[in-house]
Amino acid sequence: MNSSKSTQIILFIYGLLVIVFLYLPLISVGFASISKARYLTFPIKRYSTKWYMKAMESETVYAIITTSLKVAVIVTVISMIVAFFGALAFARYNWRYRGFFQKLILLPIFFPQTVLGLALLMWFNSIGIIPTWKTAIVAHLVWIAPIATLIVAIRAYSFDPSLEEAARDMGASTTTVLKEITLPLLMPGIISAGLFAFLLSWGNFPLSLFTTGADSTLPEWLYAKMVSGYSPLVPTLGILSVASSFLLVLVCIALISFYRSIQNKIN
Amino acid sequence: MEKLDRKLGFFSSIPLGLILAISFLAPLFVVALFSTMPQKVFSLGQLPDFSSYKLFFNQGYYKSLLWSLSMALISTAILFFICWPLAFGMAKVFKKFTLVLTIAVVMSLFVSENIRLFGWSLTLMKGGLLEGHLRAWTGIALPSLLYNTGIIIFGLVYVYLPFMLFPLAQGIAMVPEDARQAAADLGANRWQILLYVDLPLSSPGIMVGSLLCFVLGAGAMSESKLLGGQSVIVIADDIETAFTFGQNWPLGASLSMILIIIIGALAIYGINKIDLDTVMGRKR
Repeated sequence: MNSSKSTQIILFIYGLLVIVFLYLPLISVGFASISKARYLTFPIKRYSTKWYMKAMESETVYAIITTSLKVAVIVTVISMIVAFFGALAFARYNWRYRGFFQKLILLPIFFPQTVLGLALLMWFNSIGIIPTWKTAIVAHLVWIAPIATLIVAIRAYSFDPSLEEAARDMGASTTTVLKEITLPLLMPGIISAGLFAFLLSWGNFPLSLFTTGADSTLPEWLYAKMVSGYSPLVPTLGILSVASSFLLVLVCIALISFYRSIQNKIN
Repeated sequence: MEKLDRKLGFFSSIPLGLILAISFLAPLFVVALFSTMPQKVFSLGQLPDFSSYKLFFNQGYYKSLLWSLSMALISTAILFFICWPLAFGMAKVFKKFTLVLTIAVVMSLFVSENIRLFGWSLTLMKGGLLEGHLRAWTGIALPSLLYNTGIIIFGLVYVYLPFMLFPLAQGIAMVPEDARQAAADLGANRWQILLYVDLPLSSPGIMVGSLLCFVLGAGAMSESKLLGGQSVIVIADDIETAFTFGQNWPLGASLSMILIIIIGALAIYGINKIDLDTVMGRKR
């Protein structure tokens, strides 16, 4: 059933408007980051890049970016490993508690992250762990590992189990099958799960809020400055954070299409 | 073969299972214990007296909860109407544009929500992107659009749009084209198809989307802090205050428990109703 041309056009315009709606606030932040004045009002009279220079020189900025990066990288690595196995248990193998396992994984996603962060704070406190950036990794994993698992699971749903069976029939051991058949087949899913994990951890604020102790991640620092004592560095660092995320996505998309075109040439 | 599957399934669930056990289930258990402790203690070694649950009613914390729940409900309803046409377009009408939209919406999720909300406050504040330019060009000065209940709901709608859009699109994609065609052939008009074919058949997506938006919205805090400027105190805000300024962990824990029970009951009910294998496209 084809919808009429006019419906198509209206829906298309509507879609464009939604994209504008989603990105309009970032445009404001972008303008604010290159405004020369310390206290911002629109329309902006004079532009300058001095806040970017200031951000580059600042040692605080260097420290919070390092913390954010450390957390995001470790969360990514752990999520990728956990999601590989988790997705197999979620989608591939028929085992007794699969239904329960699927539901358990969804629960943290359906959970307010601020409350989760506070719950973790109490938990760490009651077993005598002082929160630092390391505990933030645990906090991020509660939410990000299930999401990564779902992403790999989508891939695991679509592959053909008979490939594994064939390998097994020809005498491959369970570990060989996992390494030579299952892992390569799921690899695209694992890579995109890793990308999601990194970016979600990099941008996460509610989970970090109570679980980093004296350390501070970039979104946390930005929030602190937004709520009390505005700093002209807020829009600048906001834009730098967003730009680095988007750059990473673009690099990944470029790498994947490069890889595909090489594969096509070989075939 | 089946035996092997069972063994492998169990073993591969262990890493994630462990993570969730020690960092999701155990903390929830601790919150439940803390919520029963007497006021202002920081350890679990006391006799439980459930006194902080009384404060929920006596000191008006239930108002914050009602605010949170009603704002979450309103924003979920608005989101459903905003997202339905677009989700329909993504599932049934657009071809390449679906991919563009998906990438654009997913990319926006990677931007920290407080940066995006901060962007809205720059856009809507007095002397912000909208009002500032309007005044410079036309001379009309508008009052600030921030710091009221409406703007908090706006913020919730903005932040949780992807959480409604994608499940809806997935739900609509599950409606078989034959069913719609058959209804049309039997003389159903556009609205009848929507009401009797599209809506019922895409209900798993509708449920997941609405549940996610409601649940996450009910526990949200940044919207009311960054856009609402404390014009309404939401429950998450009360919880945070109890932990930080109040230094009253049992109170924070009991407020959390009340929110967790409401949200958890809804989430478990909803998750139980959907068959994940069909939603995510398992091959038979």
